[in-house]
Amino acid sequence: MCTYHTIKVPVSGSGKGAEGWFPLSDATVYFDHPVHAPAEHTLNIDFLNTGRGPSARVAVELDAASARGLAEAILSTLERTPSELM
Amino acid sequence: MTDTMRAGTVHIKGHGGDEIEAYLAEPVGEDGPYGGVVVIHHMPGYDRETKEIARRFADRRYLAIVPNLYWREAPGASPDDAAATVRAAGGVPDERLVGDVDGAASHLRSHSSSNGRVATIGYCSGGRQSFLAACSLNLDAAVDCYGAFVVATPPEGMPLKVGPVAHLAKGLSCPLLGLFGADDSFPAPAETKELETILTDAGKEYEFHTYDGAGHAFFSVDRPAYRPEAAMDGWEKIWDFFGRHLASARS
Repeated sequence: MCTYHTIKVPVSGSGKGAEGWFPLSDATVYFDHPVHAPAEHTLNIDFLNTGRGPSARVAVELDAASARGLAEAILSTLERTPSELM
Repeated sequence: MTDTMRAGTVHIKGHGGDEIEAYLAEPVGEDGPYGGVVVIHHMPGYDRETKEIARRFADRRYLAIVPNLYWREAPGASPDDAAATVRAAGGVPDERLVGDVDGAASHLRSHSSSNGRVATIGYCSGGRQSFLAACSLNLDAAVDCYGAFVVATPPEGMPLKVGPVAHLAKGLSCPLLGLFGADDSFPAPAETKELETILTDAGKEYEFHTYDGAGHAFFSVDRPAYRPEAAMDGWEKIWDFFGRHLASARS
């Protein structure tokens, strides 16, 4: 199935794409067909700079367990980081 | 039987007179004129696999064209980057889709080898769009391959510009072939049953086939969802359907 479900969030930071580093403006998160990963569906994240065109994109396609592990690792890392550094 | 064809990029007039990219696959030979097929690509975009489908139609002696529905947002981008850009922007508006399919159909009808007949076929999101186009334009046949949200309403909060279109059924201009998977949830078999009822009540000609053991995207040869038995039978249904509604010239 194509889930169509998409969450778009503004992000601030940088990503490294095919042509090097670029500033990020948005990320989209969706569970849908992957382009490359060998699975019917994956949790996909596109890190984008919508002002720089379609090629300004860093893409990942993760199976559900990997995506949950990554999300937990991100939150855990942030929780352990001294607040004065953030 | 000849199998010579020519295929490549062309530029056509789409919605609002915009010039958009398209992929045209055309039979070459003395066996024309040919019926035309507008191939509406799936949500992952204007990709190599969709172009292969166009060449498959040309091999069966149909003119086939794939309009790049993502051209405006992502001219020249790789298909996956274009699909990601359009998804982030909210998807393809229905009005623009109809205009682009109309432009593609006009391009086929004006082809020197056209027999005057044009059909649409669409996969995934393109299945819904094939139905939408057939309810909005004068066509000779339409095929909906597992299009979601023809009947059902998308979940709240979804940012894509997609809504049910079954209420347009009374405007369906041509016979409709529907090919679905019994294990699909988008659309679920209950939804395609409901669409059958709507089409029957509207007095429209249609035939639906739902394959056991197949889910969404069972025609996609490059994905784990591929189901050879369903896909092969589905292709036979398409050849039969187009043979009856598309192959012979308009009188």
